[in-house]
Amino acid sequence: MSGIQGGGLVWSRSGRLGVWAAFAVVFVPVILAPLAVVVLAAFAGSWNGVLPGSLTGRHLEQALSGEQLASLSVSVQTGLLSGLTAVAVGGWAAVAVRGAPPALRRLTDAVLHLPIAVSSVVIGLGLLVAFGTSPLLAGTMGMVVIAHVVLVLAFAHSTVSAALDRLDPAYALVAGSLGATPARVLWRIRLPLLTPALSAAGSLSIALSMGEVGATIMVYPASWRTLPVSVFALTDRGRVFLAAAETLVLLAATLLLLLALGRMRTRAAK
Amino acid sequence: MTAAATAAPRAARFRLLRPGSGGAWWVLPPLLVVGGAFLYPLALVVQQSFVSERGEAGLEVWRTVVTSAAFGEALLRTVSIAATATAGCLVVGTFLAVVLAFVPFPGARLVSRLVDTVLAFPSFLIALAFTFLYGSAGVVNSALTGLTGSSAPPLDFIYSPTGLVLAEITFYTPFVMRPLLAAFSQVPRAQLEVAASLGARPGRVLRQVLLPEALPALAAGGSLTLLLTLNEFGLVLFIGAKDVITLPMLVYTQGIVTFHYPQACVVAVVQVALSLALYGLYRLAHARMSGRTGGAR
Repeated sequence: MSGIQGGGLVWSRSGRLGVWAAFAVVFVPVILAPLAVVVLAAFAGSWNGVLPGSLTGRHLEQALSGEQLASLSVSVQTGLLSGLTAVAVGGWAAVAVRGAPPALRRLTDAVLHLPIAVSSVVIGLGLLVAFGTSPLLAGTMGMVVIAHVVLVLAFAHSTVSAALDRLDPAYALVAGSLGATPARVLWRIRLPLLTPALSAAGSLSIALSMGEVGATIMVYPASWRTLPVSVFALTDRGRVFLAAAETLVLLAATLLLLLALGRMRTRAAK
Repeated sequence: MTAAATAAPRAARFRLLRPGSGGAWWVLPPLLVVGGAFLYPLALVVQQSFVSERGEAGLEVWRTVVTSAAFGEALLRTVSIAATATAGCLVVGTFLAVVLAFVPFPGARLVSRLVDTVLAFPSFLIALAFTFLYGSAGVVNSALTGLTGSSAPPLDFIYSPTGLVLAEITFYTPFVMRPLLAAFSQVPRAQLEVAASLGARPGRVLRQVLLPEALPALAAGGSLTLLLTLNEFGLVLFIGAKDVITLPMLVYTQGIVTFHYPQACVVAVVQVALSLALYGLYRLAHARMSGRTGGAR
């Protein structure tokens, strides 16, 4: 972040120390403590005081076995499937919209962004009303995947769209002037130049999908229970330590997926 | 002569790549996806809200829902919680961003990286953390009872509207910080130095130099936060306070717990109308902000 360099506002040493102390007082409870406490709880054997009474790996072990492991696998599959679909649809729209007349372009942008403004529960309710009795979709994982695609599509689309805005048009123009067909320009010039943006959009979509709970809880079938829904079931039954361990597993799995995606990207670039 | 002859087809190919030259059909597939998976269900929700459970069309369901005490209370609660939480995020987020950008300390870069990471976390993490931090047997209460020696937990706010507001401030503050940090990075340091060398105190520099620069970012971050807090469901569900019912929570209980689809649809339509109105404001603020800082998302 380039905003962090040199001073500029508070010049006296004591003034700075005071500001930093105030920063710590606000920052610790708002950003740091919630993360630390969930990680700690995942390993807590018992916790009745300020710090856990004892530490254990039991919760984590439980979070990685049986029913909980199945939830993890469901979440990973949902994340990959809906992330990929969202990038394909959102990326397609971002590229295609550039060849469309301005009015259509504005309409497409608006329609693709609209789901951001609608509560996830309402999106879930809509899918239930529309497809809840359809023999093809009712009670299948398809409902969950559709809900996730709708919810993350706007983010995928705007990530690719922003990258296209910054792309130097000269490459595509030169290739076109040298006789390459539009399809060839897209495949050989534009998509390779967009790879970082597509991968960033994929990462964001997967991260958002893996943590989604509002629409999922409206539409999920018993056979396709995502990890956040499992965490909710656990907290509801008061099994908070296992819930914390599962949340930690969710964050770790998301991070690993994104790292793997990043490595694939750098390997592809070589 | 030959040059002119070959130039013509090249120009034609050239045009294919420019905006506004046909190719409108290519936009259709993604539009169809959004139409089928989002707009069509949403239209059905609106339609369903006008059909009673006996299958008669009319305003009957609307009348019963809108006049019910539970709906009025939920509407008021949703708006007041979202407004208070957004105000809190703006204050806390501005303070944290100003310190990170203009009174940096060793490790400030790491801290701002952490803020970016937190943005991608699910909101229920905060609900979980709150039970461990501020629950009746949580960290803070244990520390306080240890200090005061009393047996009753001194803090008891999690299952109240205040608890939800604090949880939302905790979760959404980074959403205000990110656009602010981006805006602050565009402010030339020399401006601050000149102001200070001319004798302006930090408070005045903040008010007269920084705040005007940050205003578009504040508006964009603030309206996004307001939109997201209005629509927030994960936190409300996980905290699960019996008397803190917001509109999304009402949609959930009517739709899934008691299976009153038409009622759920009425609440959903009100919720969508509310957030769409706000979303318009957000796009306006966002367009202004990108106009000022050069279009970074």
